[in-house]
Amino acid sequence: MAKAGNGSGGQGGTLRKVLRYIRKYWIYLALSVVMAAITVTLTLYLPILTGRVIDLIIEQGRVDFDGVSAILKTMAVVIAVTAAAQWIMNICNNKMTYRIVQDIRDEAFKRIEILPLKYIDEHSYGEVVSRVIADVDQFADGLLMGFTQFFTGVITILGTLGFMLSVNVSITGVVVLITPLSFLVAAFIAKKTFVMFRAQSETRGEQTALIEEMIGNQKVVQAFSHEDEALEEFDEINGRLERCSLKAIFYSSITNPSTRFVNNLVYAGVAVTGAVYAVRGGISVGQLSCFLSYANQYTKPFNEISGVVTELQNALACAARIFALIEEEPQIPDKENAVSLGEVEGRIDLEHVEFSYVPDKKLITDFNLSVRPGQRVAIVGPTGCGKTTVINLLMRFYDVQSGCIRVEGQDIRDVTRRSLRANYGMVLQETWLKGGTVRENIVMGKPEATEEEIVAAAKASHAHSFIKRLPDGYDTVIGEDGGNLSQGQKQLLCITRVMLCLPPMLILDEATSSIDTRTEIRIQKAFAAMMEGRTSFIVAHRLSTIREADVILVMKDGNIIEQGNHETLLGQNGFYATLYNSQFVGYGNS
Amino acid sequence: MRKLLVYLKDYKKETVLAPLFKMLEATFELFVPLVMAAIIDQGIGSGNVSYVLRMGGVLILLGIIGLVCSITAQYFAARAAVGFSTKLKHALFAHIQGLSFTEIDTLGTATMITRMTSDVNQVQNGVNMVLRLFLRSPFIVFGAMIMAFTIDVKAAFIFVVTIPVLSVVVFGIMMWTMPLYKKVQAGLDSVLGATRENLTGARVIRAFNKEQEEIESFEKKNNTLAHMQLFVGKISALTNPVTYIIINVATVVLLYTGAVRVDEGTITQGQVVALVNYMSQILVELVKLANLIITITKAWACANRIQSVFEIKSSMAWEQKLPGTHLACQNTDADKAGKDEADQINFDHVHLAYAGAGAESLTDIDFRVKKGQTVGIIGGTGSGKSSLVNMIPRFYDATRGHVVIKGKDVREYSMEELRQMIGVVPQKAVLFQGTIRENMQWGKNDATDLEIWQAIETAQAREFVEQKEGKLDAVIAQTGRNLSGGQRQRLTIARALVGKPEILILDDSASALDYATDAALRQAIRNMDGSPTVFIVSQRASSIQYADQIIVLDDGEMADIGTHEELLERCEVYQEIYYSQYPKT
Repeated sequence: MAKAGNGSGGQGGTLRKVLRYIRKYWIYLALSVVMAAITVTLTLYLPILTGRVIDLIIEQGRVDFDGVSAILKTMAVVIAVTAAAQWIMNICNNKMTYRIVQDIRDEAFKRIEILPLKYIDEHSYGEVVSRVIADVDQFADGLLMGFTQFFTGVITILGTLGFMLSVNVSITGVVVLITPLSFLVAAFIAKKTFVMFRAQSETRGEQTALIEEMIGNQKVVQAFSHEDEALEEFDEINGRLERCSLKAIFYSSITNPSTRFVNNLVYAGVAVTGAVYAVRGGISVGQLSCFLSYANQYTKPFNEISGVVTELQNALACAARIFALIEEEPQIPDKENAVSLGEVEGRIDLEHVEFSYVPDKKLITDFNLSVRPGQRVAIVGPTGCGKTTVINLLMRFYDVQSGCIRVEGQDIRDVTRRSLRANYGMVLQETWLKGGTVRENIVMGKPEATEEEIVAAAKASHAHSFIKRLPDGYDTVIGEDGGNLSQGQKQLLCITRVMLCLPPMLILDEATSSIDTRTEIRIQKAFAAMMEGRTSFIVAHRLSTIREADVILVMKDGNIIEQGNHETLLGQNGFYATLYNSQFVGYGNS
Repeated sequence: MRKLLVYLKDYKKETVLAPLFKMLEATFELFVPLVMAAIIDQGIGSGNVSYVLRMGGVLILLGIIGLVCSITAQYFAARAAVGFSTKLKHALFAHIQGLSFTEIDTLGTATMITRMTSDVNQVQNGVNMVLRLFLRSPFIVFGAMIMAFTIDVKAAFIFVVTIPVLSVVVFGIMMWTMPLYKKVQAGLDSVLGATRENLTGARVIRAFNKEQEEIESFEKKNNTLAHMQLFVGKISALTNPVTYIIINVATVVLLYTGAVRVDEGTITQGQVVALVNYMSQILVELVKLANLIITITKAWACANRIQSVFEIKSSMAWEQKLPGTHLACQNTDADKAGKDEADQINFDHVHLAYAGAGAESLTDIDFRVKKGQTVGIIGGTGSGKSSLVNMIPRFYDATRGHVVIKGKDVREYSMEELRQMIGVVPQKAVLFQGTIRENMQWGKNDATDLEIWQAIETAQAREFVEQKEGKLDAVIAQTGRNLSGGQRQRLTIARALVGKPEILILDDSASALDYATDAALRQAIRNMDGSPTVFIVSQRASSIQYADQIIVLDDGEMADIGTHEELLERCEVYQEIYYSQYPKT
């Protein structure tokens, strides 16, 4: 523990934070420590009692039965108390560990809900999930192991030493001198095998990459009859892995027999010196037998503790990663005097907006736009041109760097996020549904909706007919992220979700190539119904939407490069005009 | 699992020697208490120091022999386990590659990847541990008991009772908790799911102001998990105290019996010490055995999952490559085809139903294509567009009817022959780790740089490939993620063109290209030498508008076939699609 603490300021800091979580359960910790002390002391006391019994059993006719019975009775009590203490200790450790884990996970999750979108966009989901799940688990394992083994280990070593010294100093010397050999051997092997393990994990990584590539894209491999080449490549790596693995596994597996051998040396040493002492009458046979069982016990906690230290260091590293997440700067909280935006009409003004994701790469500069209630704004541009940026700013997923966005004349930074977002209905291209029933997904925006309202919304968004045909209708459970629904069906459900609460302002992303034309027509109709009389921003892919829009924002490489309606933009003969015209270039007339 | 054992076949020697040496090691370990008893009874008893020293030497010798045996055993175990998994992986990789599309669809590639990686590793670990420990631990347990019998029969009966009781407790608790741990895992999965969901859906959740509800639902799941963990913890916390009680109570009984037997003169003091030592050896090994059984159960489950992959057989049989018969066959077929000679591809009332699907995905598809023609295929998702083109390179077999290429049923071609003739650009643009050149050579093993550049040019990719550092030697990262979607698509098209296929299939593979590039691409393909027959699947009316024939699919059936003008006049589905993209003005 001391080693971990001294490692660096960061580790020490982490340790302090861990202690903060433990503090809540100090009663369990205290109880666990007391019980551990009792367990260990009594466990060590038992061989002494055994030794005493043996000393009372000398040879035929020289057995002190009264003495034996008395000690055996004591032993029975000691055994019972030890077992009880051990059990209580285990329970305390479990309780403490799992509750702390629960607390940490709760806190991490709460933080995720208020992290700025920037963080979520910039970190892979897998990485964050692995912090909340794998790292916390690893931390818990380390913690539990630390509690159970570190503490008892230390007491065992100290206790054993004390007991041994009280019986005979020289024999204790033999034990203390030979034992460190076992660490030297273990450390030596670990150092030697480190390189082999690294080679193994590198080669294994290479193989996994190849497997993912070739098996993951097997259809392509087969289409090009590339199987033989792939297998050849696989075998080459497989052969290398075989050699690396054999080395790593074999050399690391020497550790156990070697430390066991050192233990045997300790045992032999104790046996010989002990016996010599016994011959001279320095100790009794019972004491020798007691020494022998200590010799067996003494090395075990050392091996465990060295394991525990690495485990604890690992656990601290995991804890540091979790705390980094928990302490991540949250989004700027709503202002204290932030007002709640009531039902708005839908007037939006963007004034001198400046924004970029990375400070030194300017994206949107001095962007002005004024949208009257009920107007339609189409956002167009090639894929990947940053159309979602506009959505990010409107919904206040990201804050503008300078300038401001006003809704009904109010700067959106002066109103609560809740009330701002409640006024928007959003349908994104990446349809997201939560695991649960169809109904649960539809009522997200309006939990109190009645059955009639739900069905009406589903009908209006042309989703009713397919929902009806699902195995359990509206109560069909869909897996995480839509599971078995088609892309189009997911999109329709997302639309239904917005259709049900119909806020005054809409942000819509039109369907793209993954949806078939006929479903698209349905979605189109649903969109049209929704947009009636509402201010809408549409990430547009189809000409009809674009042409009918009141304002078209043309984006390229993250910038808004042109702005105006269809006719004026065509007149400008700029990027929009090129984009528009290219749609009608077929190879017949080029 | 049993069937996987064939991969251990080449390691017969190792699989026998490893446990054998382990048993030798254990045997020597069992001698230690006897030597100790001799030291006490004869050495100390008669005050013979040189005897004590000799016996000390014997103890060290036993340790050295044990060390040598054990290291030898570890070596053989490691060799057998690693060799086994190497052979297993090779066989599994080859087997999976031999599966047809139907099986790939049913299994899912993610599953197969897990089988090949973590499952195989678990099994390797299992084999290794079994070879090392599975014989050793029971051997020590029963060996200790037998040794006890050699000392004193009456005392040995205490062992006979203790061992079963201890086994019942250790394994009983294990059996009890194992299913509970599975439940804990399920609880953890649900916590994981919730976390993931809140990351992927962050925008939607915030847009609907659902943060608070999500936190509550998470806390509920998390609490359930903690409760389950605590419950299992409570049970497994029993293991240590209970085994402690059993072993030590047995020791107490042993000591008393020993006292009686020594008093009778049946055994000596040193032998009592030896008996006590045997008792403590048993406990250590039983705990090891319990851990081993957990490893084995895991490995066993993994092995069965791997086994089930091996049991899946490819549902598609291929003609063997027999060039002689091939020619003869072609002639007769050509004769038979008669006036159809000019038809390069012929779908003859083709039906297709996927394995496990209730309804047909394609119904009665019937059309003919002449060499060099361009065929457009349009229709809604799930209307069967991809299914239709997938039948040409025989990714799937017709359930009824025939797909005929150059007068011969596709089922009569060998795999190489058929797939060399056809260039496929799949919907998902996938490239592989390696240089651009290596990727291009997938289409033709010995393609020259000139051929590759021609293909890249046709695919409208020349400009950006030339800008890459190293050009053809530029390295593509796994799945091609260091390229944009459009660049990837163009390179996959180029890859298919390198082999100068007679038939080219573009399965919605220009969706990331802008309209102008898409048009230029189609123009370039049309101008290629040898003018291939081209199938274009697309959602865009503009991509297929100028095709010689357009097949309109609706729910697996051919709604119509004809040119753009014909279809616009008479086909309702086509009109609907077209006018949704190009509104009448």
